[in-house]
Amino acid sequence: MELLRFITCGSVDDGKSTLIGRLLYESKLLYADHLAALEADSRRVGTRGGELDFALLVDGLAAEREQGITIDVAYRFFATEARRFIVADTPGHEQYTRNMVTGASTADAAVILLDARKGVLSQTRRHARIVSLLGIRHVALAVNKLDLLGYSRESFEKVCFEFTEFAADLGFAEITCVPMSATEGVNVVGHSELTPWYDGKTLLQWLETVVVDTEENGPSRFLVQWVNRPDATFRGFSGRVLRGTLRRGDEVRVLPGERTSTVDRIVTMDGDLLEAPTGSSVTVVLTDDVDASRGDVLAFAADPAGVADAFQAHLVWLNENGLLPGRQYLAKIGARTVGFTATKALQLNEIGVDSVHFDTPVPFESYRTNATSARSWCSTG
Amino acid sequence: MDHLDRLEADSIDIFREAVAESERPVLLYSIGKDSSVLLHLARKAFHPSKPPFPLLHVDTTWKFREMIEFRDRTAAELGLELIVHRNPECVALGINPFDHGSARHTDMWKTQGLRQALDEHRFDLAFGGARRDEEASRAKERVFSFRTAQHRWDPKNQRPELWRLYNTRVAPGESIRVFPLSNWTELDVWRYVEREGIPVVPLYFAAWRPVVDRDGLLIMVDDDRMPLTESPRHELVRFRTLGCYPLTGAVRSEARTVPEIVEEMRAATTSERQGRLIDHDQSGSMERKKREGYF
Ligand SMILES: Nc1nc2c(ncn2[C@@H]2O[C@H](COP(=O)(O)OP(=O)(O)OP(=O)(O)O)[C@@H](O)[C@H]2O)c(=O)[nH]1
Ligand SMILES: [Mg+2]
Repeated sequence: MELLRFITCGSVDDGKSTLIGRLLYESKLLYADHLAALEADSRRVGTRGGELDFALLVDGLAAEREQGITIDVAYRFFATEARRFIVADTPGHEQYTRNMVTGASTADAAVILLDARKGVLSQTRRHARIVSLLGIRHVALAVNKLDLLGYSRESFEKVCFEFTEFAADLGFAEITCVPMSATEGVNVVGHSELTPWYDGKTLLQWLETVVVDTEENGPSRFLVQWVNRPDATFRGFSGRVLRGTLRRGDEVRVLPGERTSTVDRIVTMDGDLLEAPTGSSVTVVLTDDVDASRGDVLAFAADPAGVADAFQAHLVWLNENGLLPGRQYLAKIGARTVGFTATKALQLNEIGVDSVHFDTPVPFESYRTNATSARSWCSTG
Repeated sequence: MDHLDRLEADSIDIFREAVAESERPVLLYSIGKDSSVLLHLARKAFHPSKPPFPLLHVDTTWKFREMIEFRDRTAAELGLELIVHRNPECVALGINPFDHGSARHTDMWKTQGLRQALDEHRFDLAFGGARRDEEASRAKERVFSFRTAQHRWDPKNQRPELWRLYNTRVAPGESIRVFPLSNWTELDVWRYVEREGIPVVPLYFAAWRPVVDRDGLLIMVDDDRMPLTESPRHELVRFRTLGCYPLTGAVRSEARTVPEIVEEMRAATTSERQGRLIDHDQSGSMERKKREGYF
């Protein structure tokens, strides 16, 4: 069964956690003891006057319950007949943007929530931009809390228009707008008589059918994580195929650098392989004794990745202390940690475009065209 | 690659990152199904080398006897170093769940015991088999989870963790807990046990066992240290999770094989932690214990 990883995001209090809780509840995916705990917790710390407060299913930290907000990402796992899902429910509060970015970095699709009464807020825009930067191309816009506006079609359409217009240059492949009430369960799983004018997909229907982008299977890249030397007779490189298919007999180049060699064996505990597909964790033995170490990339020699030490890059700054131009920072790129400097200042949670200089050349690939593989070797500040 | 292949590849990736970037790693081996899977993945990650770290079992002297047998056999068969730590203070005071209560028992044997063992051996990174689907505060935890020099987890201040890039930098005394099974579900674990033929403690399979009722749980009488006013009856039961025998509830079941367990799980209406006395204390108790350094 296919897996979809998605996030909920958007401004604080728009109803993200409530929505996920409601979705699990309506899909009958809750264990009896969890439901009993939810009933007890709703009475004790809920925000709904004792009625089920679905947000409590995901807001599991004491501080979250105390404040009625989400602080850090919660991961939930569920499956329907159609698909398997991992959802990351992210916090809307600006202070916790770093946690939203954490959740978004591994997602294939995003549900962006809006409070229909408030429309597009600055944090909605920030989240949408981050979603776009991280290469997520499929977006549902959940226009929530319509119960408070009498399920007004005009309000729904106005907010959809506002968001679609703003997001026009964010490069999304689709934006599906769904009119919703998370607390009442309107258009979450099934359609509702309260919105007779809406015949598009409910949120669950969208999640079950949204396209999961698969990547073209380009030339192979293998990231060396650990040099495997049990004794004097064996020397292998344990790591991961980031892209393409690695085959026995392939000529590879060790990046950064000019050294080349040939794949002699692809070793696993279950026996040697003739080829290893994208995403597999294997150990590679080369035909000769070329020097390779942690952080190097074995690239298909006929079409290797680029290597550079200066980049024009989008930066999302997540530290309380702002980014200072010219100051030395450490970046983790794949399995290597390198020093870097930037030229412009950035404040906490600010997004900017800047030129970045690394103190050593690093192999790279465009994030746009290789989001999945790039996810494992792009840099973070 | 199918779903289990991908989970396996991700977990192996995590093991390698952790070992490459730490000085003194250790695997917290708690003998249950998750530990069995964790160990299997560790072997795959470093093959043909052996996993380059010892196993640590924080013992409470109240584990099921079959768990201890299984532990010793596993370590011997795989030729891995096994460190068993028992909090000497608990040994001296004879801490037990009957006289001291489950909370004190767990805190002193497990939480304090773990801290002692990590300090004594100066481990800077510890692998654990926790999964995010287990409990609400686990669902919030990073794969690489930072601990202060006092072993505290600060859930309000976790580090960003993007893609598969893990921040492993610590100052002396600080440490990282690493959870390679973060994104596995209980069902994934069993399906993988089935596929790979991984040995697990026989207590997971249904058998006729002597049980008594305690606080709404079916408790198996594993030795004569348990105070009894009634004589145990025999029931066909198995365990969904394993821990200290006086605190771990059995479930009535006829599942005697892994495929039967998988079938049973698919129809399950309660979570696995239902059978654990220590997690019932109140909502949020796991988070509190974790903040204090519980694994
Ligand atoms: N009337 C109404 N209230 C809602 C709806 N959805 C959520 N709420 C309420 O709005 C408040 C905030 O909901 P949450 O689900 O915690 O919002 P959130 O987006 O997760 O907030 P953060 O994670 O802190 O950003 C709660 O009191 C909810 O009960 C809705 O559809 N209608
Ligand atoms: Mg929330």
